[in-house]
Parts: sequence; structure tokens; C-alpha cells
Amino acid sequence: MSILFTNARLIDPECGETRGALLVEDGRIKAVIESGDLPQAEKVIDCRGKCLAPGIVDLGVKVSEPGERHKESFASAGRAAAAGGVTTIVTRPDTLPSIDTPETLEFVVRRAREDSPVRVLPMAALTKGREGREMTEIGFLRDAGAVAFTDCDRVVTDTKVFSRALAYARSLDALVMAHVQEPGLSKGAVVTSGKFASLRGLPGVSPMAERMALDRDIALLEMTGARYHADQITTARALPALERAKNNGLDITAGVSVHHLTLNELDVADYRSFSKLKPPLRAEEDRMAVGEALASGLIDILCSMHTPQDEESKRLPFEEAASGAVGLETLLPASMRLVHGGVIDLPGLFRALSLNPSRRLGLETGRLTAGAPADLVWFDPDAPFVLDRATLRSKSRNTPFDGARLEGKVLGTWVAGRSVTETC
Amino acid sequence: MTFRARHLLGIEPLHPTEITELLDTAQHYAELNRQGCAPRDVLAGLTQINMFFENSTRTQASFEIAGKRLGADVMNMAMQASSVKKGETLIDTALTLNAMRPDLLVVRHPNSGAVDLLAQKVNCSVLNAGDGRHEHPTQALLDGLTIRRAKGRLHRLSIAICGDIAHSRVARSNIMLLGKMENRIRLIAPPTLMPSGVAEFGVEVFDDMEEGLRDVDVVMMLRLQKERMDGGFIPSEREYFHRYGLDAAKLAHAKPDAIVMHPGPMNRGVEIDGTIADDINRSVIQEQVEMGVAVRMAAMDLLARNARAARTETGVMA
Repeated sequence: MSILFTNARLIDPECGETRGALLVEDGRIKAVIESGDLPQAEKVIDCRGKCLAPGIVDLGVKVSEPGERHKESFASAGRAAAAGGVTTIVTRPDTLPSIDTPETLEFVVRRAREDSPVRVLPMAALTKGREGREMTEIGFLRDAGAVAFTDCDRVVTDTKVFSRALAYARSLDALVMAHVQEPGLSKGAVVTSGKFASLRGLPGVSPMAERMALDRDIALLEMTGARYHADQITTARALPALERAKNNGLDITAGVSVHHLTLNELDVADYRSFSKLKPPLRAEEDRMAVGEALASGLIDILCSMHTPQDEESKRLPFEEAASGAVGLETLLPASMRLVHGGVIDLPGLFRALSLNPSRRLGLETGRLTAGAPADLVWFDPDAPFVLDRATLRSKSRNTPFDGARLEGKVLGTWVAGRSVTETC
Repeated sequence: MTFRARHLLGIEPLHPTEITELLDTAQHYAELNRQGCAPRDVLAGLTQINMFFENSTRTQASFEIAGKRLGADVMNMAMQASSVKKGETLIDTALTLNAMRPDLLVVRHPNSGAVDLLAQKVNCSVLNAGDGRHEHPTQALLDGLTIRRAKGRLHRLSIAICGDIAHSRVARSNIMLLGKMENRIRLIAPPTLMPSGVAEFGVEVFDDMEEGLRDVDVVMMLRLQKERMDGGFIPSEREYFHRYGLDAAKLAHAKPDAIVMHPGPMNRGVEIDGTIADDINRSVIQEQVEMGVAVRMAAMDLLARNARAARTETGVMA
């Protein structure tokens, strides 16, 4: 089977933007044609001058299987991903129970294969039960398909346990992803401290808690030499430490969620629990600094931190409401705010969305070059719409963008050259 | 601008003229209360439910007396002992009570924002009787009325608020109200009990009490809320009293005619010296309690009027 995409704005994260056509054969990109004669193909898709980019690799998606399938299943998450131009979801192990044994991991792999239209790569817990006491069977889990190890939003507080887990992971060349939030300082906090937190009477955490946790982890990396990814860097104060660590040659990368780049603490407004996130939304200065860090490449990966929560978990007083927001379907249109706002260009955006996560996980995806898998997203970067959360394909619809004006619509998604877009 | 709101959830959304209207109405009720002739028909036929998800004696009693004096049928629900224990959510509780068609719902809840959330789900008027660390609007109004009666005005005064400001909804509502009425506000607390971002509140901040009290007209003490503490905010009660407890020596830095206020219940010997609390020349603490009833009568009267007006309007529309 061959497909020819014609008349496209080709967004190549490595070489920049060009106009032309793209030939796909047997699930892989065969050629990028910038000029000259177009080859024959079984199917021709006219991209009508809109963008064609490598599909998004979303690092840190929560699919609530096993345990809370009413919140999100592999089928619903896969549909949401396809609708959002996400061709690979890298799942979190913070399910019920945690994914901390090869057996539970196999369950995830099997369920994903059966139900998800997009690629699913699972992560596994770093410690048993994500309790921070004993490391998991990192070797077995890696052999069973775990692409990274993380306790998700729980910080391994015992530095001895964490240093051993990092050292052991290093011996297997396994990637460890950590949440950076000093646990003592952030205990009980639901928003970022400051004037807004005080006016609303909500317990806040100083943005310094993020830098403190990052500083600790960097010291442990110097000790162990492990491969490390900070899940979300959301404050200006943490950036110099990250930069120093990179300059010192440590194997460290960092991510950020699109919510922290497009919203700030004021979006909590009158106790909107859909804006309750972990870490909490930050001040505007932090949001801007982190956006610049993404553009400069200091922050490597942009993700959705997709966290489905049902209405019952969110329709509570703010302090008691669950944290997290869904993001698979809004990741691309929300990210387009950064492009339209002049923070980053399209190739830069797709470095953060597709290329860098692929590189970090050692995947072939994320590129628009001959030989790469034909995981593609076709989208109109300028199409405006008002988001109605009722239209989301996720089983949970806890998005802070309900009613928001967004620009950027996905027109089609292909995984290994096969269309996964719903026919409507 | 007159007070047309359906709920009284906080001081933050109020305009100064609305505050003045509430205080004027309360002043009127304060006089009637003293004469013992409050009109029993103002809230006649209306049902007032007091829902307290957090222990309270004085505020609940004050709302109950206020409602009864104006002729409302008042019901108290101790929410800690009821359906909450059975796992019912706040919204379900609200919907259940709403179906019983009360007219006024007086709510206290330990979570900030919980009363706002509840107000979105019901048809009746909601009065916030304190939500977490957020707001306690009737307390700020009664403090404002007490100050206005003692000082003859509620503007261009220098007012110190001292104590556990970080955990205090009383402090937040008072900072809002006194700021809107154009007073100079001085906050006095150890840094551990000061809210974050306080420098952006448009207030002066002191950690030295004597300096903070210099030449103020009003000294507003706050309760040291031990039950709210995660632990370790202050070294000890005795050191706190030594540095931040109001005694004669510290009060001497205020203006000679400065008044002393406290929202109660007091911890004598922790934040306030007993002799000062009892000094009838300085302390207006008993008057605050008296004004509390008048303010709550006024708030419920005005909310009931607004609800009637809204019903008439929709009636005309239909």
C-alpha cells in the first residue's frame, strides 16, 4: 500500500518547514518530494496547503486501566489520541494497582494491542506499589516492554532508595522519569503560594519546592550517572539548575505540560477544580520563562499529562477535588497558542511534541525523513473553534479549556501509514 | 449602587456603597434591638437553615437569634453528625436541602470555596458564615459597624490586624472591607503566620508589634487558631504572648483612644491579656457580639428583599 500526500506544508522537526509531497510505502516514509515530478501511488491525499507533521509522542498519559476503566480505557484514550494527532501514547503506571510487575505490564500491553488505534508504550513503576521503599524488577519490566520507570506524581523521598534505583537503572540503561516537588514543602498545597492563593484562602506551595527537588535529583545523577527525565519543569527558578546540569554533561532531559505553558494560577478563578493540576498552575512570569525555555530547547519535551478524572472526583470543594486534566485532544490546538503567540515556530513545536520524546525513548518515530515510520498528523494550524468539552472522546472530560477559543484542528492522523481518524 | 445580590458569599465582590447600605440597615436594627422592638414580620413565613459543617457556637447562635427576631422559621443542622459521615457529597447535600425549598441557607464549611460551590447549586439565598481560610463576610461587616459606631466613621482610620493572619478568614474579609472603605491597614504577625504574597495586598506589614501598633485607631486581634495549625508555626504559646500578645505596654503605642477588638473566642494569655479584654474603656468585644446579630438581621433582610424583587420581576416577565 502506498499513499502520496501532496500540496502539504511539511513540518520537519530536524530540517524546518518546506512545501511539497510525501510518499508513504508499507507503513514507512519512502520519500520527501520538494519539487519535480510526483511519483505514482495507490492513494493520493491532497493536503490543501495545510500542515503535515510527524505524529505526536505524548509522554506521561494516564489510561485508567486497570482499576478505573470508567474514567478512561485504552479504547477511549486511543480514540482521543487519534483525534488529537497523537500517534504514540506513553502510559503512566499510576493505575490501580500500579504497574509494578511484569504480569501487570503484560496486561497493559495486551489490552493496548486489542483496543488502541494508536501505538501504546507503557512505563512501569520505579518502586513497588509506588511506595518509595523497594525498587521494582526493572530488568524484567524492561524486557516486558517498559520504556521508562517512574513513580509518577509521588516523589521517592528516601534518597538511599532513590539513589540505588537510579544506579540499578543505569546498569540497564533504563530511563527514569521523576516528579520534581520537594514533598515536605508541598505537603497539603493545592495551588502556588502568592497573592492569589492567599486571597482564595487555599494552601499554597512555594515555587522553590520544584527547584529544591530538582537540585536533589541532579546531585543523585552526579552520583549515579543515570538516564533521567524530569516530568514537568514549570518554574523559572528551576531553569538555571537544569541548564547547569545539562552543561555538565549529565544525561538529563525535562518536560512540561501544555497546561503550564498556556494557563496560569489565575485560571483557578473561583475555585475551578478543572484547573487543579499537579504541580499547580504557576504565576505568569513562570509561564513565560518556561515557554522561552521550551523554545530554546532547554526544556525538551511538551506533553499533555493527560489525567482523566470523572465528575465525582472534580465536583468537590477545591482542596478535596482530584488533580489533573485530560489533554490528548487539546494538546495540539493548545500548543498552537505558543506558535500563534510567537513563542516557538512549528518545527520547534514538533521537536518538543514528536522528535525529542522519540529520541529520548530511542524510537524511530518523530521524524519526517525517508525510512521513518509513517506516523503522521495532518492539521490546519489556523482553523478557529470554541472547545465544547462534551465533544471530547475521552471518557472523562475534565479539561480547563472548556469554552476556550483555540486555533488548530487535526484533519487526519496516520499510524504506520494507516489512517486512525474516525470517519464521520 | 445598591445591594442587589442574591447571595452574600464574601466581601470581595461588594462595592463600598453596598457595604454602606448593609451597615446602615444593620445600624437601624441595632437600635431596634436595644429598644427591644425588632419587627417580627420581616422574615415571617421564610425558612432559614443553618448548615454548619464546622463547629461553631457563637456564629450559629447569632444567625439563629437574628432569624428568629425577624420572624423566620430557623432550623439548625449539625452537618458533622449527619449525612456527611455517610459519604454524601457536598453537592448532593445541597440538592437535598434545596428540594425542601428553604429561603435562606447559612453555611459554614472547613474548605475555602465550598460555600461558593454550594451556592451554584441551589435556588435560595446563601450566606457564607465562614469558608476555610477564605471569607467570613458577616464578621467583617460587624467589625466595620462596631468601628463606625466607636469612631464615628469608617474611613481614613489606621487599623492594625494582629495574629494568625495566614489561617484567618476573618482577616481576609476585614482586609477587603477596610481597604474598600479607604482605611490604612497594618498587618502584624510573625512571618510564619503571614499569608504569602501579602506585600501585594496594599497593606503595611510588620513583624514587630510595637512598631505596627504605633498611632493606630483600632487594634483588631485574631484568635491563634490552634486547630488549624499543621504544627510548628510558633515556638511556644508563652513566646507568642511575649512578642504578639496584646498587653498594656504594647497597647500604649497605639493612639490613647484606640479601641481593641477580637472576633472571639479569646485565648486569654495567648493573644490578649485578660485585663485589656475586660477594660470597658478600650475593649469593644462585647459590642462586636451585639452588632453581629444586627448585621446578620440586616443581611438576611436585604437578601430576602432581593429574592422577592427577583421573583416579582420574573413574574412580570411571565
